[in-house]
Amino acid sequence: MVETFRTAVSSLLANKARSLLTMLGVIIGVGAVIAMVAIGRGAALQMEGLMSGMGSNMIILTSGAGRSGGVRQGAGSGAPLTLSDAAAIRDECWSVGEVAPQVGVGTQLIRENRNWPSQVTGTTAGFFRIRDFSARLGRLLDDEDERSAAKVCVIGQTVAAELFGADDPIGDSIRINRIPFEVVGVLAAKGQSSVGQDQDNTVIVPITTAQRRLVRSALSGSVSMISIQARDAGMMDSVMTEVRGLMRQRRRLEGDREDDFDLRNMTQMLESLAQSTRVMSVLLGSVASISLLVGGIGIMNIMLVSVTERTREIGIRMAIGARARDIRLQFLLEALLLSLTGGFLGILLGFGASKGMSSLLQWPTSVSPAAVALAAGFSAFVGIFFGFYPAWKASLLRPIDALRFD
Amino acid sequence: MTAFPDKYEREHANPCSPEVRCLIEVRDLVKVYNAGGAEVRALDGVSFSIDRGEFVAVMGPSGSGKSTMMNMLGCLDSPTSGSYFLDGRDVSKLSGDELAEVRNRKLGFVFQGFNLLPRATALENVALPLVYAGVPPKERRARAIEALTRVGLAERVEHRPSQMSGGQQQRVAVARALVCNAPLILADEPTGNLDTRTSVEIMNLLTELNAEGKTIVLVTHEPDIAAYANRALHFKDGRAVGPAPGMGLV
Repeated sequence: MVETFRTAVSSLLANKARSLLTMLGVIIGVGAVIAMVAIGRGAALQMEGLMSGMGSNMIILTSGAGRSGGVRQGAGSGAPLTLSDAAAIRDECWSVGEVAPQVGVGTQLIRENRNWPSQVTGTTAGFFRIRDFSARLGRLLDDEDERSAAKVCVIGQTVAAELFGADDPIGDSIRINRIPFEVVGVLAAKGQSSVGQDQDNTVIVPITTAQRRLVRSALSGSVSMISIQARDAGMMDSVMTEVRGLMRQRRRLEGDREDDFDLRNMTQMLESLAQSTRVMSVLLGSVASISLLVGGIGIMNIMLVSVTERTREIGIRMAIGARARDIRLQFLLEALLLSLTGGFLGILLGFGASKGMSSLLQWPTSVSPAAVALAAGFSAFVGIFFGFYPAWKASLLRPIDALRFD
Repeated sequence: MTAFPDKYEREHANPCSPEVRCLIEVRDLVKVYNAGGAEVRALDGVSFSIDRGEFVAVMGPSGSGKSTMMNMLGCLDSPTSGSYFLDGRDVSKLSGDELAEVRNRKLGFVFQGFNLLPRATALENVALPLVYAGVPPKERRARAIEALTRVGLAERVEHRPSQMSGGQQQRVAVARALVCNAPLILADEPTGNLDTRTSVEIMNLLTELNAEGKTIVLVTHEPDIAAYANRALHFKDGRAVGPAPGMGLV
């Protein structure tokens, strides 16, 4: 066995260029499987991040497409949503758990001699519960802040770092549109959202304060969107129905008039995105597997050539006492060695390609141990499966025919 | 002889028994080839026996069946009918693996074209039969060096065939035939690719080995090479027709 192994190694080394080219098929195949699965998994992890960042069981209500004559004006052009819409949804829809009306404005924050651009969101206390935010320092906003339209804010980790550095922000103040706001809390870090947004670069103020002081809107009391969370995952559909019915009623839409607001089930949307990500993973993986298969056929081809070339050697070995199984083992071992070495190099290539795509293309990738194990196992299988036929063919040679072969 | 169980020997008794003197006993051996639909009777009922320690030349024109006979004796090919007893065992009905073992333990080949593995050294070539016999590496090396020393190549164990002359390559082949201590050496035109002086050296080596007790069967068409043997078997049209005419050997 050891002897056969040495023979296999030396015969592969005798044809270095050929062995390398043969292995290339498996190298590329295994590398492709690992890299493709890494891309698929990276995308799936990104989706997961997106879902957890957004909050669960979420429906978003925005004002819909308005009409001017027969011309539709696009999303957001319809009658704006108001705080009383949000209150009505909270009070009248049984299946709704939390409601958070939001207004947002992008602005430059100033504190002493530092400034930093950020997104300021005006919202209610429900927002923290829907988005699963908690305070790292100080406190979150409450209903009292909203009622009194207090000039207080809760800032994200990034804002705290940029404006305060090592200083304690609690009790200090920042200026938003030249209006000073007292910092009452710092949010626990949420990290980078997968869509590339820094979720910690945020400032949250009471919605009433935002409406009065930050957003210059023609209609006071309007909000740009309302986040609605269902009581539980099973109630998503009834939330959709209830909220839609309520909004149509509030807006006096009768008969078959179109909705002039837009309700979106975010969770469902993300799930279907995640589903298509999974389909993409499977597709990428199977395309890569095909290249592995082609690599295996390459090995079989070369082994068949090798058997023909070495017919005389087989004859000599048989004449001095090699049994059919000795010959079979020798060629099988050569094929196995080719595919396993190729598989190993392919794993390195797969890792390299994944890292390369992450750093050059900014694609999220995640090499899965399962894919590595699968690729390694598959390359061994390729070696045995495609090596067996040539080995078996070699062992069937009659010694006399093999010896006479030129 | 552990390789050949007693029961087997009793059931397939050697026709030479009770003495069991013959190394080779061939009876009514027939080999029919199918060449493109036409039947070719390469061997047409051959019978002969060879005693232990004999040096026999197999002669005949090409197409006479002498090469086919050699392949049968060497267990490289199996007969269509008839029986072949080698060292007391009927090998005409053995399986492929059993034949491999017979070739390994009972026979040593010396071919016209040397048939060495080109990428292996002299030592590796000679040790190869011991690999298939399951001999451990250290003993393999010792026995291969011993065999190479016996044929006068102690200085060239690490040479590859391409680095050696024809005569030296044929000596390596003889060493390979000796290394398993097989009782029989089959030499198929061993001097066919050699010049006269080297041929004499090889034939002298074979004669010495015969004197040491090896049974040698030599296929040749050259009378002066056949003259080294004690006896000649002449083949014609697939039959053994006795001593070659005019050889003066019995």
